[in-house]
Amino acid sequence: MSGRAVALLAALAAALVALPAVANSYVLSVATLILYLAFTGQAWNVMTGFAGQLSLGHSLYVGVAAYVAGGLFFHYGVGPWAGLWLAMLVCMLLGAAIGFLAFRFGISGVYFALLTIAFAEFTRIGFDHLAWTGGPGGMFLKVAQRDQIDLVHFRGPPAMYYYAMLACTAGAFALCAWLLRSRAGYYWQAIRENEEAAQALGINIFRWKMLAMILSSAMTAVAGVFFAFYYNNLFPEQIFNISRSIEIILGPIIGGVGTLFGPILGAAVLTVLSDAITELLAHYGWEIPGIKQVFYGLVLLAVIVFLPNGIWPVVARRLGVDR
Amino acid sequence: MSALLEVRAVGKSFRGLRAVHAASFDVAQGAIAGLIGPNGAGKTTIFNIVAGVFAPDAGEIQFAGRRIDGLRPDQVCAAGIGRTFQLVKPFAGLSVLDNVIVGALQRERGVPAARRFAQEILDKLGLAAKQALPASSLTLPDRKRLEIARALATRPRLLLLDEVMAGLRPTECDQLVEVFRGINRAEGLTILLIEHVMRAVMALAQDIVVLHHGEVIARGAPDRVVRDPAVLECYLGEETQV
Repeated sequence: MSGRAVALLAALAAALVALPAVANSYVLSVATLILYLAFTGQAWNVMTGFAGQLSLGHSLYVGVAAYVAGGLFFHYGVGPWAGLWLAMLVCMLLGAAIGFLAFRFGISGVYFALLTIAFAEFTRIGFDHLAWTGGPGGMFLKVAQRDQIDLVHFRGPPAMYYYAMLACTAGAFALCAWLLRSRAGYYWQAIRENEEAAQALGINIFRWKMLAMILSSAMTAVAGVFFAFYYNNLFPEQIFNISRSIEIILGPIIGGVGTLFGPILGAAVLTVLSDAITELLAHYGWEIPGIKQVFYGLVLLAVIVFLPNGIWPVVARRLGVDR
Repeated sequence: MSALLEVRAVGKSFRGLRAVHAASFDVAQGAIAGLIGPNGAGKTTIFNIVAGVFAPDAGEIQFAGRRIDGLRPDQVCAAGIGRTFQLVKPFAGLSVLDNVIVGALQRERGVPAARRFAQEILDKLGLAAKQALPASSLTLPDRKRLEIARALATRPRLLLLDEVMAGLRPTECDQLVEVFRGINRAEGLTILLIEHVMRAVMALAQDIVVLHHGEVIARGAPDRVVRDPAVLECYLGEETQV
């Protein structure tokens, strides 16, 4: 990384750390959502952006992790720190099971994507019939005093959640930056570009695809646990919904698939845009049902048509940090 | 010289179509051998069997005294066989250097060591000036060189070259011949090449195996093989008498 890139990264980090001191609660909630999407986008990026295995069902890991940690808290009062490990373990096993099925039997491309959707969908239906989690009626975590920080039970003011997500996003960024420069990064990208050639160069593609899948699901599990304790109510219909999976992948796609900053930039652009459109429409008093989605869709279309590699490569060139 | 690669009575059919039948030949340690034959003779199928893409229906393959038929391509690579593809398969989105680093990681311990070794190989193949370019921007001759560089980066004992000269100009072809000769002489690398460009085969190979309808019909020194009636027949037709 160049000196310029390091300086810009430091400035961004400083601004993000200082944000809660100056932002109101609305801005802070938007910023937390951006970080949440940036983090899940980064997790998805490991599997799809780096290793080239298209997942359209990442809501599965968010949902399962949220229910595991949420359920432990709801039923037994166990805080999220113990729940986090169990949630990660369960999600890693799930990811490994799906990966094993797909990679052992040579399912790839769109068929692999369909498999990931299928798993998310039947998990959603399964949870609808699971009494332990409240079924379709949902599960509600107790919301206690909001002004005191209780780290043990992960209860506190919005700034605490913001910093938690900031730490996760920064950690994921550092992890991915390291991975990309290591053997794993080279092997994943080789598999993404051409599996046959990768295998001929001695890469055990089954093993490395499994690793990408398991790592991605473990990272997404962290987001799921956060989700449970931040939003406090969980409904299978919402959390496992395919629109949540799409929401996760839009950031990296708009920002730049397979890049380190793509998921972060994409999440920021999309979230700000979505909120700005809402505000703008409210300001002019337009109340046409679905108009927001139409605007949103048009902007996505424009990015895909004009910047097929995402926004980040262009921004990187402007900032002079593209190596 | 003992045989590094032994192909013993190997057979392979695809849905009843007999691609290779009872093919036997061996490649001596340190030799450069050519595998020739008309289109559809089964040359690439034999390569794919040796490289682990297909398991043979019959026969066996010994490499350095060890049976390798039925191993996966990555295991064959780890055993010490590097290969190129007839239709080049670059990692298009990665830089030329990164393409070769992927190969170098097979034997090198970490990325920095792999990078150094990859740069050495790019130097050897005249691609050093283009190392930072994306592989997708290379011309076909350069893509062929990249294919070779990547295979060499895995430090093979045996290199399988599948028509790397096709589409090259005669001068480019001669340059590549020199590269292979140099590596063969300096490092004792054994090479088995499939080739239609006879200019390259005659210049490189000490031993030629001729394949026709999946069977080995002739083998031996190049000047003898090109005068073999069976070879002339399959290449030029039965009427031709020499």
